[in-house]
Amino acid sequence: MRTLRYREALREAMIEEMERDPLVFLMGEEVGHYQGAYKVTEGMLERFGEKRVIDTPIVEEGFAGIGIGAAMVGLRPIIEFMTWNFSAVAFDQILNNAAKVRQMSGGQFNCPIVFRGPNGSAKQVGSQHSHSMEHFYATIPGLKVVAPAFPADAKGLMKASIRDNNPVVFLESETLYSVKGEVPDDLDTVPIGVANVVRQGADITLIAYSRMTHVALEAAEIAAKEGISVEVVDLRSLRPLDEETMVRSVQKTHRCIVVHEGWPYGGVGAEIVDRLQRLAFGSLDAPILRVATFDVPMPYNAELEQMCIPGAARVIAAVRRLLGK
Amino acid sequence: MAEKAHPKKAPAHSALPSAPIAEYYRQMHLIRRLEEEAARAYAAGKIGGFLHLYIGQEAVGVGALAALKPEDYVVTTYRDHGIAIAKGMSSRKLMAELWGKATGCSGGLGGSMHMFDAENNMLGGYGIVGGHIPLAAGVAFACKYRGDKRVTLCFFGDGAVSIGGFHEALSLAALWKLPIVFICENNEFSMGTPLSRTLSVEDISIKADGYGMARDRFFATDVMLVKERIAEAVARARDESLPTLVEVRTYRFRGHSMSDPAKYRTPKELEEHKSRDPLTLARKKLIESGATEEDVAKIEAAVEAEVVDAIKFADESPSPDVNVLEPTTYDGPFAA
Repeated sequence: MRTLRYREALREAMIEEMERDPLVFLMGEEVGHYQGAYKVTEGMLERFGEKRVIDTPIVEEGFAGIGIGAAMVGLRPIIEFMTWNFSAVAFDQILNNAAKVRQMSGGQFNCPIVFRGPNGSAKQVGSQHSHSMEHFYATIPGLKVVAPAFPADAKGLMKASIRDNNPVVFLESETLYSVKGEVPDDLDTVPIGVANVVRQGADITLIAYSRMTHVALEAAEIAAKEGISVEVVDLRSLRPLDEETMVRSVQKTHRCIVVHEGWPYGGVGAEIVDRLQRLAFGSLDAPILRVATFDVPMPYNAELEQMCIPGAARVIAAVRRLLGK
Repeated sequence: MAEKAHPKKAPAHSALPSAPIAEYYRQMHLIRRLEEEAARAYAAGKIGGFLHLYIGQEAVGVGALAALKPEDYVVTTYRDHGIAIAKGMSSRKLMAELWGKATGCSGGLGGSMHMFDAENNMLGGYGIVGGHIPLAAGVAFACKYRGDKRVTLCFFGDGAVSIGGFHEALSLAALWKLPIVFICENNEFSMGTPLSRTLSVEDISIKADGYGMARDRFFATDVMLVKERIAEAVARARDESLPTLVEVRTYRFRGHSMSDPAKYRTPKELEEHKSRDPLTLARKKLIESGATEEDVAKIEAAVEAEVVDAIKFADESPSPDVNVLEPTTYDGPFAA
């Protein structure tokens, strides 16, 4: 067991997969000579050379499409978006080409590609750089969507994503890159579509993913001091969703709150609420609540920004409300 | 290299003329006849959705693909029937796809705009204008990555040259010296809007200059000329790993799609273009090459039989089962 930062775990996964399979390559803005805008890809150019670690101009639609075409004929691209905000200009490529080419070709062509980069809010980067894009991507059949919270899961899910024959949207977080965690020496893949109960509890279930898993754990710690036993489910994957783990937890606790970044209208949280009210209706003692980003573009001002993003205080308030405390 | 471009499609009737023009005429005539019948089937309700016909433009696809080897790749737009046939797709697979049947090239899941044929390296027709151009550059990128000397042809219309995907793909293809030929089929109309109202320049090929890319521009009336000129660009891609933008000037005799009566042009303009029908010219060239009227009639009769067979096949084929939907959406277990 070693302690790695989230960014190091991602890098290690990519390096191991590129060493294992010469068809895997990495492409994106500043991934090579600059060593990565967030240093995730540091040292990879030196290790693999310019053929396999490819700096691009600022052309997200262009290099997303390049990756998709290359994947269709057998390469296994890792396409980095400097942040997922910029994937908006490549959205057509992901929606109409990556996600659909297998189905509209009657299963003749696969698109084994990983799109990756930081997602969600960072710190005071304003309304255009703070999007939680999972709510757009998780709705698209043909894609898989993962959002790990810990270094070990980041590594294992990255390896699984690179080996997957389907397009995978891999959501990281600028605020998680320096987070440290234990990573087993012999870690291979973490399966896509399997959630993890990261804290056992009896009174209420918090369902979260990516950075919000850490917020949920923080809230659970505070709640414990008030005598409330909180269970935390870290989804890890958003498509497919691990219904079984969510349902099992709710059957135990009878109460549930979904914590996620991004706007409350529709999205991943709404999807989870829909599934749980159908699959675990008899187990629920209260309506399922959601703690999400406020329904406004992200403000720049630091205090306002922190008010908009779900934090432990808002989660605790929801916990108390649901338990009538 | 081109004469053996389509070994699978060599006419079975070996007594017929062996000059390349015989095979090109056969393909052009086949595409024309299949699409005329498709238009009829559309009116009869056997084909749904959109149907964009290639009628009038056949010399472009047939001539360009004659310059390829079978292992080369093709990516095109939603006006894709002619390109698919020229790349070697069977008439049965094409018509069954238009009919939405399980025996279609894409299992009836793609339809008119999405003709895919892995066996023939036909990487599809795409429905979003310009969205397939970066994808095609990616196919060429993979060929260069592997060093397999394959060439990718990417077709699109004049309506695609204003959208971002076109420029991003050209920019990257030139920057990374990708083995690709970008073929702009300039049929003078971006749906119903003439070029003069969509572009600030009349010559589309000059867009290549800004990217430092080689370019070419010519009229596509003569299929032999198309083949010759595209072959130059294909050689540049294969031998030097360099992209080319080729503007091929053509004209579609039908509307943009079946719902378009094409009121934006005069009957006189259309008749003028029809008088320069590339199919008529190919037939004339075939005769000039030494074929007799009887030889040509044999080719046409074989085409007619193939069209009749394809329609019968499409009519009689089963619809796809609902169970195909999930396994064609994901490779492996469905991800919901």
